[in-house]
Amino acid sequence: MRQRMNAWALWFLVVLVLLCGAGPELSPYDQSQQNLELKAANPSTAHWLGTDPLGRDMLTRILHGGRVSLEVGLLATAVASIIGVLYGMTAGLAGGRMDAAMMRIVDILYAFPFINFVILLMAIVGREFWLIFVAIGAVEWLTMARVVRGQVLALKNLEFIIAARACGAGFWHIVWKHLLPNVMGPVIIYASLTVPGVMLLEAALSFLGLGIQPPDASWGVLIQEGARSVESYPWLLIYPGIFFSTTLLALNLLGDGLRDAFDPKSMSQQ
Amino acid sequence: MIRFIVSRIVQGIIVIFAVITITFTLSKMVPGGAVRNERFITEEARKAQDEYYGLNKPWIVQLGLQFKHYATLDLPESYHYKGRGVDEIIASGFPISAAVGGAALLIALAVGVPLGAYAALRPNTLEDRTSTVAATLGICTPSMVLGPLIALLFGLKLRWFNASGWFDASDWVLPALTLGIIYSAYIARLTRGSLRETLAQEFIRTARAKGASESSVVFLHAMKLACLPVLNFLGPAAAGLLTGSFIVETVFQLPGLGQFFISAATNGDHQLTIAISVFYAALIVSFNLLVDILQAALNPRIRLQA
Repeated sequence: MRQRMNAWALWFLVVLVLLCGAGPELSPYDQSQQNLELKAANPSTAHWLGTDPLGRDMLTRILHGGRVSLEVGLLATAVASIIGVLYGMTAGLAGGRMDAAMMRIVDILYAFPFINFVILLMAIVGREFWLIFVAIGAVEWLTMARVVRGQVLALKNLEFIIAARACGAGFWHIVWKHLLPNVMGPVIIYASLTVPGVMLLEAALSFLGLGIQPPDASWGVLIQEGARSVESYPWLLIYPGIFFSTTLLALNLLGDGLRDAFDPKSMSQQ
Repeated sequence: MIRFIVSRIVQGIIVIFAVITITFTLSKMVPGGAVRNERFITEEARKAQDEYYGLNKPWIVQLGLQFKHYATLDLPESYHYKGRGVDEIIASGFPISAAVGGAALLIALAVGVPLGAYAALRPNTLEDRTSTVAATLGICTPSMVLGPLIALLFGLKLRWFNASGWFDASDWVLPALTLGIIYSAYIARLTRGSLRETLAQEFIRTARAKGASESSVVFLHAMKLACLPVLNFLGPAAAGLLTGSFIVETVFQLPGLGQFFISAATNGDHQLTIAISVFYAALIVSFNLLVDILQAALNPRIRLQA
């Protein structure tokens, strides 16, 4: 039951990535091409999900928006993972006081109102695309750092590391060939659980008018446009909402599935 | 215990001064700057303003000035809302955000804990599956999708409540419902997982063996331990409710703290930006401290360490 759900989630994501990757190119419409004779049209054979109040094809816009949202999700998670892995490994390897101080800093950072910083950052640099994922990545690395540090602490005194050292392996050799590969499992699991959170944050920023700017689209932008005209054209909110929610669901299922697969102890269901 | 609380308060003060430094530095970088944004201002008035806010002094002196404001609790006026202290503005926006956030938290606990416990006591039945699926769907529904739909249904179609604004005594209901539904899903999932795990432990078997009734096993013995992860979640959840408040305040057009922050950040109103960030940080610090103390009170195995 559970495995079938996870497989379903994986297939859904593969199809979604392909659709968002190729869809906007295959579509006969441009995502920002307006057609004022077809404002807010109902779904038809020409426009499968109808059009928005400016006559833009909804399906094309949703697929294009999905591409932007997925890009932000993946890039921001990559930024967060890199910072988290570097920080966590340094703390774990250093040990002692250095480790204690670095982890105390993480504790303190947890109490920061990061959403305020992100909003401020967006206000400063005028909503550049690259800044969105750097800003989100820069605030989402804390838990990753904790995970990695715990893993490094557990690994570094195991026999195989000591054996490698006894054989004369250098510090960087041990880090690259022995520690990093063993840390990657938890990193991948945690990263996959970070992606939906990051996508939600991007959508929230775009919804507030601080993220991706129209006429470019992300799911946050589409949801914001849909929310504005929800009384007259509720489907403009519902279609992108369904795409977004289903994607979040699939990402969550995939993350849980990966966790169960790697770590049988954390099985949420027997 | 006392040492723990003192060390956490010291940590909190460090957080607050770090937040002042970061927010101040960032808001200095917002293009335009506050006073410059105003079109109709004479040269003398501008000079007087620069004097009052210390804008003509070097960066580090200005930062020191900010520190002094907060260390002596003598808070400055906002740039944008002339003649109103930042504390006055917070006092006008916070009750709205707090009413919505507090009600949302209560809804989330009142729905989430029973739902999760109900599912945990009937593992792998249809009820369990249904409530788990419902909880998972709730987690995956963003507030910016749910909010407008709730406003549409209860506000515009059924006309039970105002779809937006803060006029009637009942205007907290729809935004609180939006956030409450989403957080109840998280809490239900957590409760279910942790109650099931707790029920499988040795001390539950002991309690059953000594003849305790099923209800006392579940409610007195298991729930006490099972609610720890839920409690732990409430710390980050408080921060999440703040984030959520930015969204629902936008959706329902509430004049809450989130709205003040967004406009302050984009207008370059440094004084208000800093004040609201500091306020949020203080809120998160106190919430986390409260959660830690409650946890130690509930779980005899946790010892608070400085």
